[in-house]
Order: sequence, then structure tokens, then C-alpha cells
Amino acid sequence: MQQLLNTALGGLTLGMVYAAFALALVLIWRSTRIVNFAQAPMAMLTTFVALTVIDAGYSYWIGFVVALLAGLALGAVIERFVVRHVEGGPEINAVILTLGLFIVLHALASVVFGNRYRSFPAPFGIRGIEVGETTIGLTGFGIFTVVAVLVVMGLLVALFRFTDVGLRMRASAFNPEVARLLGVKVGRMLTLGWALAALVGSLAALLIAGGSLVHPGYMDSIVVYGFVAAVLGGLDSPLGAVVGGLLLGLSLSFVSGYLGSELVALAALGILMAVLLLRPGGLFAQAQERRV
Amino acid sequence: MLRIEGLTTSYGPVRALQDVSFTAERGKVTAVLGANGAGKTTLLRTVSGLVRPDSGSVHLGEHDISRTPAEAMPALGLAHVPEGRGVITELTIAENLHLGGLGRGRKVKAGDLDRVYDLFPVLGERREARAHTLSGGERQMLVVGRALMAEPSLLLLDEPSLGLAQRITAQIFALLRDLVAEEGLTVLLVEQNARSALSLADHGVVLNLGRVVADDRAEVLAGDDQLRHAYLGF
Repeated sequence: MQQLLNTALGGLTLGMVYAAFALALVLIWRSTRIVNFAQAPMAMLTTFVALTVIDAGYSYWIGFVVALLAGLALGAVIERFVVRHVEGGPEINAVILTLGLFIVLHALASVVFGNRYRSFPAPFGIRGIEVGETTIGLTGFGIFTVVAVLVVMGLLVALFRFTDVGLRMRASAFNPEVARLLGVKVGRMLTLGWALAALVGSLAALLIAGGSLVHPGYMDSIVVYGFVAAVLGGLDSPLGAVVGGLLLGLSLSFVSGYLGSELVALAALGILMAVLLLRPGGLFAQAQERRV
Repeated sequence: MLRIEGLTTSYGPVRALQDVSFTAERGKVTAVLGANGAGKTTLLRTVSGLVRPDSGSVHLGEHDISRTPAEAMPALGLAHVPEGRGVITELTIAENLHLGGLGRGRKVKAGDLDRVYDLFPVLGERREARAHTLSGGERQMLVVGRALMAEPSLLLLDEPSLGLAQRITAQIFALLRDLVAEEGLTVLLVEQNARSALSLADHGVVLNLGRVVADDRAEVLAGDDQLRHAYLGF
């Protein structure tokens, strides 16, 4: 019973991080129809920025905020000056470009920050909380992880649903030409979308890094899980990304807890294949709209 | 109001418009007629800045808008309702209208939408429904209403009757006639259905293979048998 609870709690925490990462992928896919393979090294770079700030003697929180801002800026710069050239072109161009960025950013991090493991601090305890005699598998940092992801998602929903900028961003993603005719500066909205996605990716990277070791490749497996979660949710649906992330986190946690951690990657691949075979549009695929 | 002079537009090697000149008078409806491929849609897309012309000029009042990007047009008072309706189907009716209002560059208040709901009660009843649930006629009402949200002085309409029942087309044309009469709106209307377009329009321009072949008052065009048979198909 206790193992079941701990496995579920661990899965939930990890699932929140996958959800955040999947959400970052979905935000970019929705607006530019590009799968951003460079999401992992972009997020990794900002974690190293945080580490540099913390190592310079500033608090964890200053490092945290600086990393998120760095993510925002990096996303904007990459969209405006690199990705802009392949938007609207053949899909393969964008795939090659983001894969190229993956390699370039990786190499950059190795050169600037060193290709070795470094420990990353956590602002809250990373040991299980004790309830009476037993220790449950939920840490202070785990609670922070869940809260942080929920807060950022809540803010994003509020931005998209209730503000003029959010409406302009959605219009640009759904129908760029009509949006232009209605006076929306679509290019600017795409830049903003990439910036926000990169911020969410940075958050996921900071949460994975907390209390553990980081090196230039530490996010690479997460981009795979984030991608599986996004496909699970239908790639087009932010809500789907979140639910997909949670489902994947729970599933992988149970695989790891009951079958063995060496099977986790295989299980993720199995889930991906099952979704693509049985429900290629994802669990949250919207019904085809009525054509009139 | 809208003055087009020597406008030439190409898609790669294909000339879609060749040396097109005409004027759309303020407070009048000008119909642009012609067969499929005559360049009607290209004309509207060039005027609204979606396509860059090779040469020639477009003046909106005093402004030379030949090189103005599409997203700057609503603030200048130009609204373009594209062919195929242009409803953003994933957004709700209220959101589509709100977006139209943002084009003016001012905040949109809840009351601003009521004017459109008064014109089209069917939209008001379903304001929170997603636009993909609307029928073709309702979509046409929504895009016209959305264009009006920006309080334009010039309205470009591309094939508003396409695929709609005669009754609904008549209803939308009657509304346009009222707006022109009451508010001095200028309309540039592209239509394949020449008969109904000329019934609404004050003035008509006939395009054939990208060139202007006739430019006259609507009743003159409608009364010219040779022109009707050659280009207008009725």
C-alpha cells in the first residue's frame, strides 16, 4: 500500500514536469507547426545560467528568476533570428534546423560551462516528508514542483483566455492571414509564443535539476518524455499536454517501481507507439470541424 | 476614397493584374466583376497589403497605401473580408468580434459588441459558441460584423454570396445598403454573381485576364448586352 502511494506521488511530481515540458512543445507546435527539438538544450542552458548566478553567491531564488528570464529572452531571440527563416517553408527544413540547434547549443554549453556533472541546489528538502512513523514519497521540493507548474499553467491560461494579447496570440496560431487582416502583428506574436514556451521549458529544467546533478545532456531524455506526453495529448491541445504529462509520469513511475527502472525508456516508446497506432490524433484530438 | 492607378501584380511569372486603374467613390458601392481567374481576388489582396504590387499605386484618401503591410490597414480604416469567409473557427463568436475591434488600436468594451448583436441577433444568441458551429450564412454575418467592429471607412468584400442561399445573400446585401446609406461606408465588392452585385452596386468595374475591360455606372453595365454575354454570364 505504501509503495503504491509513494509510486503514485513520485509519478505525479515527475508527471508535472513532463506536463510543463510537453506544454512548451505544444505552444510552439500550435503557433508555428514546428516540433522544437532544441527545447531541451535551450532549457539546459538556462539552468546553467541559474547555476552561474547561484555560484556567484546569490540566492537560489535570484538564480531561478534569472534563468526564467534567460529562457524568455533565448526563446524570443531564437525565433526572431533563426527560426523565422524556415517558418512557412517545408517541414523538413524546420526539423533539420531545430536538430542543428540542439547540437550547437549542446556544444556551446560544453565549451562555456564544462562537460562534467555539477550539483544543483534545491530550495526545499529533498527527503520524504515524515507522517508519524512512516516516510511518504513526497518531498518539500516535490510539492514546490507541483505548485510551480500549476501556477505557471494558471498564468498561461489566464493570459490566453482573458487578455487581448492572448487573443491575438491564439488568432495568429489558428489563422495567421486573417489575423493580419484584423491588424495583428503576427510575427511579434510568434516571437512572444516562442519566448513563453522557452520560459516554461526553463521552469521544467530547473525543477528536474533541483537537488540533483546537471551536465549539458541532462535534459535530453526529458525532451523525449515531453514529446511522448505531447503526442499523447494530441500535440495541438495545451490541456492534452498537461493530462498527457501526468499520465506518462504516473505510468513510467509504476513501470519503474514495479517492473524495474531499466524498462522506463522502453515503456515510453511502447506508449508512444500504442498512441500512434490506436489514436494517432492523441487522446484529446478535436473532432474534425464541419466544412460548410 | 480609394484610388487605384496603374496597378500591376504578379505571382512569380504569372501576371495576375495588369495596369489596373479605377476609383471607388466615398459612400458608394463599387462592384468588381469578372470570371474566375480574372484577378478580382488578387486586386483585393493587393489593395489590403497581403500581396505587394510590382508597380502602380493605391491611395486611401490622402494616404499612399501601396506599400503598407496588411496588419497596419485596420488602423487606417480599411477592413478586408477575405474569400471563404475568414472566420477563425477555433475562437468563439464573441472572441472573433473582439479581435475585430482590436484592429482600431483601442480597448474593446463589452458594449461595443452589442451593435453587431443588434444587427445580427442570431450571433448574439450564441456569442459564447465556437465559430465552427455556425452555418455558412451565419459565418458571413460574423465576418461582416467583425469587420464593422473596426469601424472602417472602406470595406473590401470578397465573394460574400459564395455558397449562400439567395435569401441570405439578399439579407446581407440589404444590410450593406443600409450601412452605406446611413454611415457613408465605402464598399468595394468582388462578386462572380454579377446580377446580384450590380443590383446593389452604384458603380462596376469588369476585369478580364487581369485588365479592366469596362468601368461604368452599374445600370449601364447591366444594360450592355454585349458585355453581359461576353464577361458577366447573365
